[in-house]
Amino acid sequence: MSERAQALLDLADDELVLGWRDSEWTGIAPSLEEDVAFSSIAQNEIGHARALYELAARGLGTTADELAFDRPPAEYRCSRFVELRLVPEWDQTIVRHYLYEVADGVRIEELKGSRDPEIAGLAAKIDREEVYHRIHAEMWIDRLRGSRESGRADAAAERLYPLALGMLDEALRPVFIERVAARTGWDFSGEATVARGEHDDGWEPLWQEMTEVRRSEPGAQW
Amino acid sequence: MVFEVFRQERKGQAFQHAGSLAAPDERFAEEYAREFYGRRGESQAVWVVPREAIHEIDDFADELERNYHRVDGYSLKEKLKAARERAGTSAS
Amino acid sequence: MTGREQAFLEYVQAGGQVETTDWMPDDYRSKLIKFIEMHGNSELMGVLPEREWIGRAPTLQRKLALTAKVQDEAGHAQLIYRVVEDLGKPRERCLDDLVSGRAKFHNVFHYPTRTWGDVGVIAWLVDAAAIISQKALLKCSYAPYARIMKKICWEESFHILHGRDVVLTMMLGTDGQRALVQEALDRWWAPLMMFHGNPIPKAEDPMYVWRIKSQGNEEARQQFLDGYVPQIWELGLTVPDPNLRRGEDGFWDYTTPDWDELRHVVTGHGPKTEERLALRRLTREQTAWVRDIVLAEAA
Repeated sequence: MSERAQALLDLADDELVLGWRDSEWTGIAPSLEEDVAFSSIAQNEIGHARALYELAARGLGTTADELAFDRPPAEYRCSRFVELRLVPEWDQTIVRHYLYEVADGVRIEELKGSRDPEIAGLAAKIDREEVYHRIHAEMWIDRLRGSRESGRADAAAERLYPLALGMLDEALRPVFIERVAARTGWDFSGEATVARGEHDDGWEPLWQEMTEVRRSEPGAQW
Repeated sequence: MVFEVFRQERKGQAFQHAGSLAAPDERFAEEYAREFYGRRGESQAVWVVPREAIHEIDDFADELERNYHRVDGYSLKEKLKAARERAGTSAS
Repeated sequence: MTGREQAFLEYVQAGGQVETTDWMPDDYRSKLIKFIEMHGNSELMGVLPEREWIGRAPTLQRKLALTAKVQDEAGHAQLIYRVVEDLGKPRERCLDDLVSGRAKFHNVFHYPTRTWGDVGVIAWLVDAAAIISQKALLKCSYAPYARIMKKICWEESFHILHGRDVVLTMMLGTDGQRALVQEALDRWWAPLMMFHGNPIPKAEDPMYVWRIKSQGNEEARQQFLDGYVPQIWELGLTVPDPNLRRGEDGFWDYTTPDWDELRHVVTGHGPKTEERLALRRLTREQTAWVRDIVLAEAA
């Protein structure tokens, strides 16, 4: 597989799995207003994954759905960070959401400067939507950290920050560290990170659930 | 806090009341209004206003005859008929 | 009924609209709250059977569509509870009554979903039954409710198309997929026939008398049968009612539903009632800290 396809799949798999995890809140979020807002974010992530898969699929002679569903679980390149099942913990969900948006923002910025016009173009489109994700995440982080429950945010950050860092290529990590510290003061960059390629225990069961209906009639249209 | 949302469906149209939502502050209210009234492309623009900022007035005093500043205060048919007859221009 | 109440009754029956701050008879207000609250509860409970399938959607498009559909339902619950709140009953009290079993929600949301076939059948036929009632509510005498029904009907329009697309795709697929659709239809038919309620004459239905509803139960059911049985039959699907037929006068005959079962289910004894209420109770408790502290505190 080409380096280009590899890079696209890293990103697509992250967006797919995070969108899958975020959509687990649809219908049971802390408030009905938040339910609608957070569900849009989950849908956008799946939408971004779809666009990235479509780009990769053209080069690989396959389809977006086949890339999203039909690979053996070990072949997916999603980071452990996005695989974690965080429902029903809203504090962990919000902290992951914030850290992810900062990290993702950094790598999307880099892709916007890609010499490949298709990748640069798609990255720009994705970024225009991600602006609103960042606004939403920052709004929640500021409010959570300003409340009597701010301790929950710090505890979640301590757990999730190393995983977020592990999602990024080494070259991009300093910018992430700086941006997170500027808003929150958090800096757990001394902790061991989890590199991409190691899946969480919850990944295989998630893949089983994701593909259950699809595998029931292989090759069928749904 | 309850916020009221007004939406403009297309450019040039008036902003119309669309609904209300509960949010702790303006930042959240904006985010929620964006999703509730804009995620399907149904609004060109949206106004978000705290409910307490809205003052409704629904009683108006109109005791004395005020048709001098309304169209129904001007019945010109008779005068027009007479004026045409005087000028010899009325239709026969 | 007092003179003022009689005048109000005549006003709404002549098509008059009522706003939040208008005077209204106590009976009208309490019936209105109960009716609208049940609608809100139904949207909130309807979310639960459907969201079980979000994680198992077999294509990216289906995943997006199903998530958006459930999102809409949460949004509708929001719109509806806001209306109830402005009538005097806060959202949290509505939710207290819902999870304690004191308040009701529509029969169809008390039943299990078993396969992807259910996902198609629900989105196509259950939503169709609901839209018929919702379109009639556009003429509700209580204006704030009628106004939100416009947005609700507009958003629902893609739900039925999504459901029909899911079903059509499966009917054009494998024998196994076609069997899933038929099997789901076989299970959902009876609850669908009960959805619009027992055929109480309009004049005896207080909701119709006050023009909260503008359509009788049987009228709604006939509209559903007229619109959707032909759509079912044209795909080669069968309806599990040997007595279902359209008479020459246009009126559909069918096996009388078990109205005792309907009463039994909506009073909290459906196959999935307790499990789903327990899930609502649990998720509400787990996120209480967010509402009570983070969303409530002044900045």
